[in-house]
Amino acid sequence: MLAACGSNTGRGGNGQALRQWYHAYGEPGVQQAVEKYAKSYPKTPIDVQWNPGDYDSKLATSLLSDGGPDVFESTLQISTVRSGQVVPLDGVFGDAKNDFSESILATHTVDGKIYGVPQAVDMQMLFYRKSMFAQAGVQPPSTVDELIDAARRLTRDGVKGLFAGNDGGGGVLAGPALWSAGLDYVRDHQVGFDDPVAAQAIGKLRELYTSGSLLLGAVKDWAEPDAFTQGLVAMQWTGLWTVPAVQKALGDDFGVLPFPKLTSSGRPSVPVGAFGAMVNAKSKRIDEAKEFVRWLWIERTDYQEDFNLAYGFHIPPRESIAEKASKLTSGAAAEAVKFVRDNAKASNPPDWTAVMRTAFNDAVSRVVRDGAPADIELRGAAGKVRDELKRLYG
Amino acid sequence: MRNGRAFWLFVGPFAIGLLVFVYVPIAWSLLLSFFDARNTVTPTSFVGLRNYADMLTDKPFLSSLGTFSVFAAFIVPLTFVLALALALLVNQISFMQAFFRSVFFLPTACSYVVASLVWKLSIFNGVRFGLANTVLGWFGAEPIAWTVSTSPPWYWLVLVTLRLWLQLGFYMILFIAGLQRIPQHLYEAAWIDGASRGWQTLRHITLPQLRTTSVAVVLLLLVAAYQAFDEFYNVLGTDRGYPPFARPPLIYLYYTALGSGGQDFGHGSAGAVILTLLIAGVTLLQGRVITR
Repeated sequence: MLAACGSNTGRGGNGQALRQWYHAYGEPGVQQAVEKYAKSYPKTPIDVQWNPGDYDSKLATSLLSDGGPDVFESTLQISTVRSGQVVPLDGVFGDAKNDFSESILATHTVDGKIYGVPQAVDMQMLFYRKSMFAQAGVQPPSTVDELIDAARRLTRDGVKGLFAGNDGGGGVLAGPALWSAGLDYVRDHQVGFDDPVAAQAIGKLRELYTSGSLLLGAVKDWAEPDAFTQGLVAMQWTGLWTVPAVQKALGDDFGVLPFPKLTSSGRPSVPVGAFGAMVNAKSKRIDEAKEFVRWLWIERTDYQEDFNLAYGFHIPPRESIAEKASKLTSGAAAEAVKFVRDNAKASNPPDWTAVMRTAFNDAVSRVVRDGAPADIELRGAAGKVRDELKRLYG
Repeated sequence: MRNGRAFWLFVGPFAIGLLVFVYVPIAWSLLLSFFDARNTVTPTSFVGLRNYADMLTDKPFLSSLGTFSVFAAFIVPLTFVLALALALLVNQISFMQAFFRSVFFLPTACSYVVASLVWKLSIFNGVRFGLANTVLGWFGAEPIAWTVSTSPPWYWLVLVTLRLWLQLGFYMILFIAGLQRIPQHLYEAAWIDGASRGWQTLRHITLPQLRTTSVAVVLLLLVAAYQAFDEFYNVLGTDRGYPPFARPPLIYLYYTALGSGGQDFGHGSAGAVILTLLIAGVTLLQGRVITR
């Protein structure tokens, strides 16, 4: 038992490889790139495993056993921390900590400790067709009401105003709707949407859903730009990762916006999230694993730039790299960097657990799709979230 | 002695597999259901029946059980009647019987996932060029968002047609096998006694003779209805989770036990045990009612 707790159990340093896991990135070249990084690590051999399919479930299962990876990428959940599956990595940041954007680090922090080194930032925003706006004489929306109005006026000739997911917007827009009213999922260990304004904010999604201006049941869902690039809609809510494809299809004929504000106390917002490199607490070589993470994601800034910008389209989590990256200095990408700086909100905070998410998503779905009363539904969800927060924080 | 060795040689591998991959996990899950087992399968904090109490007062779980009892009450008789009708028709025809039998049975060989994607993405997608919407377009109707709209709940049309297409052939084959076991002389005797072909022989000979087959079919259909997962998960599930309507108990438990953002094996296992007891109860009850 004692031997299992120490990091020096005789396996370390004997030339056996550290195991590192990635999920399967869609962009060609990423797998070769991460294998190249691993190979050039001078201290220990690294065995990179590429995991196609349901990565989250596979990782979660492997973390229960002794057969998991030493280093892996993931988003952070409080349950992982509370059950002691990951180790704090505050020590590996050193002076570089200030170079990481605060909102991104927050997504990897639980109870004041950082458990993941952010690898690549992803964000979502609203894409719109400039030519269709000009034809219809519509200005880019800066409030939620203007957004609904624009969607309505742009719905004509078989083109719909907006595509925000095949579930009618309740999935991807629920967070932005809360933020538009100055609310949040959770805030300082309290329910963030236990407020009468929340009903108004989610009610706007119902208004959008019933306006007849949403595209529903598209072949590809919101994460892919097809509905937008095929001209089925004038606006689509999707991610930064689609910018290259949209540029290729539409050239300059598109612009990007954050989700607009609802009231003067609310703010425009963009959801952000980042996969971070983490160290398995069950690893027998925790110190070596930490050192590898430090080398790969903190010391080798050239690799961070390559990883973020040479294949797909992500924002490097270190501001010094994001600022000088030429790909991010113009057009939609530059706007996106600005949105992340000014309007970033965590799309999936660590203490927004599966139970809370299910309760909240169910409530929003019933409001948006069934027309259930928003105040009652949200109060019910807030009760569940409060119970869960109590369990987590006492 | 030699017989004993041969027995274990043939049965052994299967028995070991059954023990390791079926019975041990079932027993383990029963054990987990009495513990607070978050992110661990070797829990230490015993909570007695609390997980069961939580699940039995958990509204979404109860509503999923309710939804699926209604679903079973609807899909079981429907599949039963249609499969029986198909079997009677195929069994009657004298030409190309093997062809029709194969044609109706073939969908059974299709993967649930593949069929779900075909239904969701090509036949019932919501854009104007989807197959169902193209047909509607010929009559001048507006496109319908089949899997999105909840009023009216068109998603049931998608799910039920999909399940029928996948299942009918299999149950049809069971009925055909049952029909072919009915001795021909029973019918001949009935005709001599003046019974008419058609309804009278169906009512008084075919159906009573099919009783054992019918019991088996209803039992299989009931279990399949409560075990619904694949086509629901693939048609209605998105990367943002699963909507609160038409949510089978297994999908709800899947998200509870294995969903990203917290693995809660205690509550998941308790729910699974409750579901198992429910299926066993309903099955026993229907066995009693039908065989009486």
